[in-house]
Amino acid sequence: MSVLQEISPNVKNIKQSEYEVLASRASQIEKELSQGVRKPYKELIDVCWCDPHSVGVKPLTFVRQVLAACVYPQLMKSHELPLDVRQRAQWLLGRCDGGSVGSYNAQPCIPEIIEKVSEFTTRRDGGVPSYPENIFISTGSQWAIMDILNVLVNSEASPKTGVLTPAPCHVTSMMSITALGAAAVPYYLTEEQGWTLQVEELQRALESAKGVCNPVALYVINPGNPAGLVQSRKSMQEVIRFASEKRLFLLADEVYQDFVYGENREFVSYKRVLAEMGPPYSDTVELVSFHSTSKGFMGECGMRGGYVELVNLDPAVQKHIFKLISKSSCTPVLAQMALDLMVNPPQPGDPSYPLYNQQTQHIKNMLAQNVKTTHEVLNSLPGVISQPVEGGAFVFPRVFLPPKAIQKAEEEGMQPDTFYCVRLLEETGVLCCPGSEFEQKEGTYHIRFCITASQDIVKEVLRHLTTFHTKFMKDFS
Amino acid sequence: MNHGTALLWKRRALSSLSATRRGLPKEKMTENGVMSRAKVLTIDTINPTVKKVEYAVRGPIVQRAVELERELSQGMKKPFAEVIKANIGDAHAMGQQPITFFRQVLALCSYPELLSDNTFPEDAKSRACRILQSCGGHSMGSYSASQGIDSVRKDVARYIERRDGGVPCDPDDIYLTTGASDGIVTMLKLLVSGEGATRTGVMISIPQYPLYSAALAELGAVQINYYLNEDKCWSMDIPELQRALDEAREYCNPRALCIINPGNPTGQVQSRECIEDVIRFAAKERLFLMADEVYQDNVYADGCQFHSFKKVLFEMGPEYSETVELASFHSTSKCYMGECGFRGGYMEIINMDNEVKAQLTKLVSVRLCPPVPGQALMDLVVNPPQPGEPSYDSFIKERTATLSALAEKAKLTEQVLNTVQGISCNPVQGAMYSFPRITIPEKAVKEATEQGQQPDMFYCMKMLEETGICLVPGSGFGQKDGTYHFRMTILPPTDKLKILLDKVKEFHQKFTQQYS
Repeated sequence: MSVLQEISPNVKNIKQSEYEVLASRASQIEKELSQGVRKPYKELIDVCWCDPHSVGVKPLTFVRQVLAACVYPQLMKSHELPLDVRQRAQWLLGRCDGGSVGSYNAQPCIPEIIEKVSEFTTRRDGGVPSYPENIFISTGSQWAIMDILNVLVNSEASPKTGVLTPAPCHVTSMMSITALGAAAVPYYLTEEQGWTLQVEELQRALESAKGVCNPVALYVINPGNPAGLVQSRKSMQEVIRFASEKRLFLLADEVYQDFVYGENREFVSYKRVLAEMGPPYSDTVELVSFHSTSKGFMGECGMRGGYVELVNLDPAVQKHIFKLISKSSCTPVLAQMALDLMVNPPQPGDPSYPLYNQQTQHIKNMLAQNVKTTHEVLNSLPGVISQPVEGGAFVFPRVFLPPKAIQKAEEEGMQPDTFYCVRLLEETGVLCCPGSEFEQKEGTYHIRFCITASQDIVKEVLRHLTTFHTKFMKDFS
Repeated sequence: MNHGTALLWKRRALSSLSATRRGLPKEKMTENGVMSRAKVLTIDTINPTVKKVEYAVRGPIVQRAVELERELSQGMKKPFAEVIKANIGDAHAMGQQPITFFRQVLALCSYPELLSDNTFPEDAKSRACRILQSCGGHSMGSYSASQGIDSVRKDVARYIERRDGGVPCDPDDIYLTTGASDGIVTMLKLLVSGEGATRTGVMISIPQYPLYSAALAELGAVQINYYLNEDKCWSMDIPELQRALDEAREYCNPRALCIINPGNPTGQVQSRECIEDVIRFAAKERLFLMADEVYQDNVYADGCQFHSFKKVLFEMGPEYSETVELASFHSTSKCYMGECGFRGGYMEIINMDNEVKAQLTKLVSVRLCPPVPGQALMDLVVNPPQPGEPSYDSFIKERTATLSALAEKAKLTEQVLNTVQGISCNPVQGAMYSFPRITIPEKAVKEATEQGQQPDMFYCMKMLEETGICLVPGSGFGQKDGTYHFRMTILPPTDKLKILLDKVKEFHQKFTQQYS
């Protein structure tokens, strides 16, 4: 018997992702395709994640030019690269120990970049002050969420530490909660009203935790994932008041803040709303907000970078967070630089500005178009209802699966929407995530796919989905 | 007291009791009678294991060093012109140059438009294309599979096979990680279980690289110390391993044994016999072996050679090679690359139960994937320029120059430090550090203790304030009671290192004199 037979129960408890079923089937199909097996498609289209570069969105030229020059400083000698690129690379390298991106540069991060981040959030939040000592670099928001949860959660506690989480909620945050020995307490977003967050539901969720676990935190995702909601200021104020009253630590996952589409919708940060509410809330509600270089116009998921901003935390606790993060020292230097480029992009007048502006505009237009097209097409399909996507990277339509299909799924030992997605994959080569991944309401089924892809790819996905769905509904009627 | 009031008091008592049970600090009254809200998250309510985490390499002495740097830059007068951070194994920070070929390929990967630039050699371009082809959308900005890019894992497996003289390596056993530290912590997360007397115990060498003790503290695992033998050049002693294990069995469930070879902070390179003995010990006592081999190219001393745990394991025959469970770790941060900032690494898992492996795969997916530039770099490290390729000559030249400079500095450090009375330095056989033993006069020990400081921390703080040299005190790594050490890197450029060593000598003599 293996020494390792007995492993951490927290690890064992992490739910096996539904996506794994699809992923292994997808690798199989890829192998078959490469061996020349005939299929109705030549390659797979994976729109499961928000991974823009993998689905036809180009990296921003300015970003990549600066990073290349930082990696290989010889490039700064030629005039091939625009002046502002060379200047920025020089500035960034000047902040690195030994002038190299290969140094650790972790204290826990290049201080000047932290300053730039705090300037960015101050600007973004209409002047609400932001302090560098409250900002920490992260190796992507998922890593940061786990680090912060690690401080909050006492894995030995009985009853378990609880975290209120939205339902639906994206997978990795749920996994982190389980991995740390905490319990997720779902609060259901109201699908019929565009996935809005109702305070009464927060209350119900909190009540349901009595005797089961000890809730200490409230996790919100705004703009949402997978649900495409963008919270109104009023809703955010309600959440803050609730957190304050019930003494909950607020975790605000705001990585999709650049993706807002709804009419009369804008992104406002939790930090700003909190500050604008004034005392006692602004001085007391403890808040951690998360941002990342993976999303937004840069879409640099592979770099693994982001930051965390802490508000109203006990200074002694903050010291421990600092210590934990400096022990990790895991944020790549290139990611730190990508962060600088995100919070401090080219400005009008800079040589790179025209191209930068053109590229970001293109992405904005692409997204707006994708939101429109997906909404129209999905809602035209019988048995599919898709809420308006106000923000975020995904559509999350509800699919009303016929009883025969549900039965077949059960026979095959799969969740009904996983079964739907597997069939979709096998017949069209399109990979979407099943809603059962995301803690959807019992008895409802959804699929999730990203709209942060080129218009061509989104159109093709919709074309395949339409054909497939029509056939599927007929086959199982 | 009438019934109603009694009830009221009871209710109040109960509600305050439940608040305490909930671990919530109660509302406090401030002096002027205004209710001051206690925080949800305080020192009393945070995860208790977080409080126990210490990390000496970036601890208080480094913070003071950073402060001093700031003061210097603001024009404050100090007895030194610069702060020298000889505390952390950061080669580039100390002026070591990156390998040109690696940086060229990574630049091409970052900005593929450069593929049309004639100043880049052809082999760098073809490498870049190969890497980009295995990235989603041909971009390093896409997520990769959580276990790492397939083709990189295959290349890592081939490297390991070559390194180990043909011992087979399955790419499925390779996990790319965010530096070796990430791999180590992930394995520990997987392992640590049980409660009370069955709580997982992990054996670590003393002195040790403090990542281990910090991770164990954070996970609430039991740290089992086994002492390396300073008199025998920091070698591992099986009787000492046995002693540590037997004692630990009284209060925990020892399940893993961690070895760092070449050693950090000690610099020893374990002999082949020693590695065999350790494997036999692990097999007999049913321990999971964790072999941190990040310094595998940093071997300097005559007569010393790096032997990978895996190779030795397989050469010991099926009795061991089919049963002993082993994880070995490597990184792009050390050796001749020194690319700490890329956070590249891998771990090879040998003989792990398939179900456990599935759990490991699930665990690594929580953080999505390791940084793609780091994966790309690891691909280059395991797959460097070959003879005949355009970049081969300059690659070899650069690598040789870096490694021989390190060897020279290792020797120099040992020599100079051993001329100082009260400092005794074992040969720096490998890795990047010296870990000399220092004699601290009684008076200094007393003063340190009065100030609530470890004597070697006291010594190092004084050295920092007087010379600007930042070292890490031995107490940060663990040492035998009553002995004192410091860890100093051999990374500064040779001429600077000479000056440093002389200053250390001078300081030690002065300090000894002052406290005699």
